[in-house]
Amino acid sequence: MSEPSPPSFPKHLLDFKDWNRAQLESLLETAQMMQEVLARPVKKVPALSGFTVATVFFEPSTRTRISFELAARRMSADVVSFVSSASSTVKGETHRDTLRTLDQMGIDAYILRTDAAGVPHQAHRWLRKPVINAGDGWRAHPTQALLDAFTLRERLGSLEGKKIAIVGDILHSRVARSNAELLPMLGACVVACGPSTLLPGHLPGVRLTTNLREALEEADAVMALRLQKERMDRGLLPSLPEYIAGYQITEARLAWAKPEAPLLHPGPMNRDVEIEGTLADSPRSLVERQVANGQAVRMAVLYHVLVGKR
Amino acid sequence: MKGDILFKDATLVDARGKHGIADVLIGEGRILSLFGGEAKRTIEAKGLYLSPGFLDLHTHLREPGQEVKEDLQSGLEAAVRGGYTDVVSMPNTSPVVDRAEAVRALKEKSARIGFARLHPAAALTQGQEGQLLCEARALREAGAVLLSDDGRTNEDAGVLALGLRYAASWGLPVAVHAEDAGLRRGGVMHEGEVSWRLGLPGNPAYAETARIARDLEVVRYVWEGLGVRPQGETLLHIQHLSTKRGLELVRQAKREGLPVSTEVTPHHLTLTEAHLEGLDPLYKVAPPLRTKADVEALLEGLLEGSIDCVATDHAPHTEDEKALDLLRAPFGIPSLEVAWPLLYTKLVEERGFPLPTLVARFSSDPRRILGLPPIHLEEGAEASLVLWNPSQKRSVDPRGFASKAKYSPWAGWTLLGWPVLTLVEGRVVWEADF
Repeated sequence: MSEPSPPSFPKHLLDFKDWNRAQLESLLETAQMMQEVLARPVKKVPALSGFTVATVFFEPSTRTRISFELAARRMSADVVSFVSSASSTVKGETHRDTLRTLDQMGIDAYILRTDAAGVPHQAHRWLRKPVINAGDGWRAHPTQALLDAFTLRERLGSLEGKKIAIVGDILHSRVARSNAELLPMLGACVVACGPSTLLPGHLPGVRLTTNLREALEEADAVMALRLQKERMDRGLLPSLPEYIAGYQITEARLAWAKPEAPLLHPGPMNRDVEIEGTLADSPRSLVERQVANGQAVRMAVLYHVLVGKR
Repeated sequence: MKGDILFKDATLVDARGKHGIADVLIGEGRILSLFGGEAKRTIEAKGLYLSPGFLDLHTHLREPGQEVKEDLQSGLEAAVRGGYTDVVSMPNTSPVVDRAEAVRALKEKSARIGFARLHPAAALTQGQEGQLLCEARALREAGAVLLSDDGRTNEDAGVLALGLRYAASWGLPVAVHAEDAGLRRGGVMHEGEVSWRLGLPGNPAYAETARIARDLEVVRYVWEGLGVRPQGETLLHIQHLSTKRGLELVRQAKREGLPVSTEVTPHHLTLTEAHLEGLDPLYKVAPPLRTKADVEALLEGLLEGSIDCVATDHAPHTEDEKALDLLRAPFGIPSLEVAWPLLYTKLVEERGFPLPTLVARFSSDPRRILGLPPIHLEEGAEASLVLWNPSQKRSVDPRGFASKAKYSPWAGWTLLGWPVLTLVEGRVVWEADF
């Protein structure tokens, strides 16, 4: 290949602060290549042979962990996993001790999930090894945003000037925050919508609204977020029916968006809460496609973080 | 006249001003003369400043029960290394200091240790549970100088009103951590653009201002019904003021003659919410680091005196605790050993803040809140003093701290004004190698 100067990549993916558009575009192209690998009968390449990757999940998430582990294995990396709940960590070993212990075992990259914002940054300071953020508190979930972007581009082509509506609990959503960071970098206009108790006061580069119709009108794609039931317990919402009546994405409401505008959801879905159950299974829904693309995107991220060049 | 120590060619700076160079003779725990004399020891103090010792109204020394974080030995040594001759320890220990025996035990143990003098604060309510009042009379007799449920917030305004009234009858001011628990919720940093972007639970400025507004009305209510001037001019002392709006409320209340006072910490004067960008729990503190506009307002308030004094809220935790994640790491920043050089450098050297005013905010002003007279550098004055170096630069190295908290948000900052020797009642309690 005779590309003049292939972009070099940050050796970590904590959020998108250290990444620029060229690097991200290049990463998504690599994901496209990985997609082709995954379409083969033998879905394995030797790219990461000899590397050992650890998934360290201080907050359980089977789906994301499996997606990362498969991504690593399909590139021939060795994978170990550490899973613990936040409560057991509080009683005993700290995150730092756990990570330093693992670090003595020759791990080459860490994939980290925690319920608290910032742990991937802390880990990056403690370990000086590649750290990939698999979700930290309300803050960031960069591979989710990358797979969302990948899925959107697969359906819409370039995201330049495209209006993407994100609907639901924006305030407590790392998926919303990472998409709000990434999609505008790729040229999209992001509108985030939800009841005002679930909206931040401000998000850079994002239009915030409580009006669902305004958010969906002219939208090129709609993303519904999972509603955590504990929001009701903390008094942020009066009731589930109240939320459903105001913000559930239904077939009728999706008609406010552009014809054919696809529907995304980061999963796991609460059917008939944030999204009408039948709509989730309709051709408008890209939910399954997102899951499939997740693996290709995570392969690309691991590859760039560990090997670095194309 | 024969003394113990002679400071030769020391530059005198107290709350009244900078008084030029003098040969200060110390003996019998007092300043014997400003014109030299014979002494057992002569200290060459040319180029060094001599000031009244500092008093910290807000220190967490963690004893009893939390000695893994700090204890009297380490905390009182940290104090004198920072130029403090007197510290007020907060009662949110384990168990809570809410009984006369506990106050007496702290007084006795600290006297044996030496270093800085300890003035314990005791709880306002039993167990700091916000319900039943402590024995203010007995606590005062045992040596408590202040009552506070600090570490907790006083949610019940009725209990606070009773507490203020009862404490006033025994001449004790009440200090409050003014944050509304309901508005603060689980906030770990200032609520605003940074917290929204970072996805961290926010603690809004209004948690502080709503509580200050309420407490000022409670003071007004108590004051109107009381009629007796409290001993130290203060009924209610608002701890660690952090917001511009909070300052406006306090300023207005003082203008109306309400007996209130307030303090500001070194971190709220030098750090902002932007320090949370690196997602390091080192900067997690309550009330949280605020905005640039708040910092500027607080500086203004300290200059004009609406903010009475600087208090550290020195809040040591173990390094392991501060390496937990941002949701679980405890709140607090230790600062006893850097407060003076930090503010001397950032305020006086870099911003032109008047030096005598800063000295006052570290010494005579907090003393006034406790009803203590100022220490002026004149013949007969109590020799609780600090000698410090206004011109030697040194960078902050927490590994050298006497405090058990060997970390600092100011690590690596190059500062001037480091104390070199501290005297308590004429005794050298600490001196640097110089």
